[in-house]
Amino acid sequence: MQASDRFNINSQLEHLQAKYVGTGHADLNRFEWAVNIQRDSYASYIGHYPLLAYFAIAENESIGRERYTYMQKMLLPCGLPPEREED
Amino acid sequence: MHKLKSMFFFLLQTEYGDIFKVTLEHDGDRVSELKIKYFDTIPVTASMCVLKSGFLFAASEFGNHALYQFKAIGDDDDVEASSATLMETEEGFQPVFFQPRRLKNLVRIDQVESLMPIMDMKVSNIFEEETPQIFTLCGRGPRSSLRILRTGLAVSEMAVSKLPGIPSAVWTVKKNVIDEFDAYIVVSFTNATLVLSIGETVEEVSDSGFLDTTPSLAVSLIGDDSLMQVHPNGIRHIREDGRINEWRTPGKRTISKVGSNRLQVVIALSGGELIYFEVDVTGQLMEVEKHEMSGDVACLDIAPVPEGRQRSRFLAVGSYDKTIRILSLDPDDCMQALSVQSVSSAPESLLFLEVQASIGGEDGADHPASLFLNAGLQNGVLFRTVVDMVTGQLSDSRSRFLGLRAPKLFPIIVRGKRAMLCLSSRPWLGYIHQGHFLLTPLSYETLEYAASFSSDQCVEGVVAVAGEALRIFTIERLGETFNETVIPLRYTPRKFVLQPKRKLLVMIESDQGALTAEEREAARKECFEAGQAGENGTGSADQMENGGEDEDKDDPLSDEHYGYPKAEADKWVSCIRVLDPRTGNTTCLLELQDNEAAFSICTVNFHDKEYGTLLAVGTAKGLQFYPKMGLTAGFIHIYRFVEEGRSLELLHKTQVEGVPLALCQFQGRLLAGIGPVLRLYDLGKKRLLRKCENKLFPNSIVSIHAYRDRIYVGDIQESFHYCKYRRDENQLYIFADDCVPRWLTASYHIDFDTMAGADKFGNVYFVRLPQDVSDEIEEDPTGGRIKWEQGKLNGAPNKVEEIVQFHVGDVVSCLQKASLIPGGGECIVYGTVMGSIGALHAFTSRDDVDFFSHLEMHMRQDHPPLCGRDHMAYRSAYFPVKDVIDGDLCEQFPTLPMDLQKKIAEELDRTPGEIMKKLEEVRNKII
Repeated sequence: MQASDRFNINSQLEHLQAKYVGTGHADLNRFEWAVNIQRDSYASYIGHYPLLAYFAIAENESIGRERYTYMQKMLLPCGLPPEREED
Repeated sequence: MHKLKSMFFFLLQTEYGDIFKVTLEHDGDRVSELKIKYFDTIPVTASMCVLKSGFLFAASEFGNHALYQFKAIGDDDDVEASSATLMETEEGFQPVFFQPRRLKNLVRIDQVESLMPIMDMKVSNIFEEETPQIFTLCGRGPRSSLRILRTGLAVSEMAVSKLPGIPSAVWTVKKNVIDEFDAYIVVSFTNATLVLSIGETVEEVSDSGFLDTTPSLAVSLIGDDSLMQVHPNGIRHIREDGRINEWRTPGKRTISKVGSNRLQVVIALSGGELIYFEVDVTGQLMEVEKHEMSGDVACLDIAPVPEGRQRSRFLAVGSYDKTIRILSLDPDDCMQALSVQSVSSAPESLLFLEVQASIGGEDGADHPASLFLNAGLQNGVLFRTVVDMVTGQLSDSRSRFLGLRAPKLFPIIVRGKRAMLCLSSRPWLGYIHQGHFLLTPLSYETLEYAASFSSDQCVEGVVAVAGEALRIFTIERLGETFNETVIPLRYTPRKFVLQPKRKLLVMIESDQGALTAEEREAARKECFEAGQAGENGTGSADQMENGGEDEDKDDPLSDEHYGYPKAEADKWVSCIRVLDPRTGNTTCLLELQDNEAAFSICTVNFHDKEYGTLLAVGTAKGLQFYPKMGLTAGFIHIYRFVEEGRSLELLHKTQVEGVPLALCQFQGRLLAGIGPVLRLYDLGKKRLLRKCENKLFPNSIVSIHAYRDRIYVGDIQESFHYCKYRRDENQLYIFADDCVPRWLTASYHIDFDTMAGADKFGNVYFVRLPQDVSDEIEEDPTGGRIKWEQGKLNGAPNKVEEIVQFHVGDVVSCLQKASLIPGGGECIVYGTVMGSIGALHAFTSRDDVDFFSHLEMHMRQDHPPLCGRDHMAYRSAYFPVKDVIDGDLCEQFPTLPMDLQKKIAEELDRTPGEIMKKLEEVRNKII
């Protein structure tokens, strides 16, 4: 790797993260990683209609309600982020 | 939400099904007020569409879709709220209450059947008909039902009447060619003919002009307005004014077969002589030509007179020497043989069918006019060839086995066009549907003879004779593969078992967050009283938000329409039902009390035969999913069948520590999968007795299949685990499992080493234990290998291989190996959550595999899916597709434009016709 790449990598990564939501990096903490997984899962459930229907049957709710619930859960899937430790 | 351009209002539907009409008051671009008014309540829809012609199509989320017509647009008095008059209190906006009521503004016109979701499905021939029936548990909540599907078109019987004697044939005739309806039904017996007139009632007439002392061979309309009756001794021509001309057979010969259309008649005398008659301009039948055939004639047919012509050119003659000849009826080469075709067996009946030319027809393709000759052969096969309209050459033949009897072919009218009814051991209908020729069976009994029937009560019907009865029926709902019988259920059905000896079904239903029947009744009574006391239903708002309120005494809201009222999420209702599918009656319904819900069911024959076959039901009490999965207790109920299997009696309940999601009979004992534990139980007097268990399963056990001493356990997350039970040590060992995680939704045992499974993400797969591993395990006498071998990475010591993998795209909820056609040809039939039924058919020859793989490859390149996804990538969405060819893609071949078809066919070294024939063959092997 050339020296100049090292300076670009952070910006490239941020660009990737902006373009493809949910891209991780080496220093991901446990919370962020879990949030990415949960958001991907909810997005997949909403996108696949049979899976959404399957959950709706299990919980005896309408499909629209399930879709709404999952979209709301995507905001804070794992709850509030943990307190940042002061260095 | 949809708006109608001309009137500008919105229709919104809530998750309970109530529709509200929303109108906006606006001046120019500024909205001043929003009014919302209660409109109607229909089952919850995924989408609604308002048509300009005043219809509302509601695509229901689960269950049948409906088409409604607008009776009114909700301008009458109804509960209305407006943004202008909204009152705000400390707790937020003041809610406005309304009472759901019967449909006032909409009226239901039609339904589109939908099996969504299929919760469980079994294919079995309980009714002992020719093909097995498919029993599916579908639907959700109050709209759930057991649907019995039969392949074939539904038939609605209009009339059945007994005849004096056993009839041999039946025909219908009009009196005049421009008549819309038939005038007479003529029935022939072995020594007489009966003429019935069709009018307000069907009655016998004796002045029709027909000879009723002899049997008849054919009866039809000749010319414009004369009737013809052919009997063994001659032809009787009845003119409109009553004059009767008779033509007698020469010598002692009798007429054996007749073929006719409106202007031409050919009769075959015994001994093989053909005589050809034509109707001339005066309406008189004139003998035109004679021809000697080499042997007796088996059957005859003349194609119908083409539009604008005076005669049809082709006469088809079938002989007992297993040939079919086409003879010309043109005046210049009358009775010349144009072509010969030899067939596998003597033909019993012939029929010409014409397909009209269509440009840009229903399926967008161009079809030239073509003529088909259909022949029913003695060996039960229907033989179809194309007749070249210019030369009369026969080409491109196809065969299909229809049944054990030689099919007799009759022309009937379907949707205004000539179609074919083939009567074999069951009746089949061949007709053109959306540009394709379909040959589908009818769900009806064996018939002897049939003719088309049209009267003002029944425009396109069929009259047929079977046994001693005359039957008139119509064929409904053309174009559908199955016809269904619906038996409604109470809650969402989960699983069911067949009791083969008694032909009964036992099913479990359960719903979360609903009230039991008694609670619903009590709540309903309360609201009714509250309503009567003058309150506007506010007293009931805290109990339920929908349904259950009586408008007036004789207008109860049907649960099926409005849905069950919602209770808290951890209240379960459940019931066990014993159903007789023949009558549709529930012979026993046990509602489970105390917040218990049933999840698994199976019949067990314990080695202690005191009680006979018992029923085991696994239940959970107080099960909740959020915030954390937990339950108060789990039980296994054991029931005894009483009253010849029609009713259930509880023997005892055994408490277990988890939800028993899977139950299976194994060597005279019961295997239960309770959470991650697999346990073997024996029957005791007061409870089940634990004999053996294995706690090493990773997550919950969802399915158990057993064969000999192998147990195939399906885990909820980790696919299949193969276990072995060693009787001498009374131990269960897991000896093989899968390499990849699979969230199982359905499983089926195929053979000793192979399991079929379906997962939550829409994949279907087969796993097989490699032969050498299987042999090792089986030949191991002391069990040393199984006991001490360690698996790596927390798995079992041996791994199964995946041999088939396919992404169906839909969550499969049930799999079964079954054959839908009589005479073998088993395939894997699956039912999905979205309500579709599909089949996986195994190829039997390498050639077929090669051919279809190449066809699929070409179809992928030349006919990519509509939305742009790459086909192979789609079918490999989760795991690479392995050894499965997408039949739906291949069947789209006939919809390609002709030049593309030719191009693909050339690359495959065949003609487009041959490819379509091969596609038809494979489809006929499945259904």
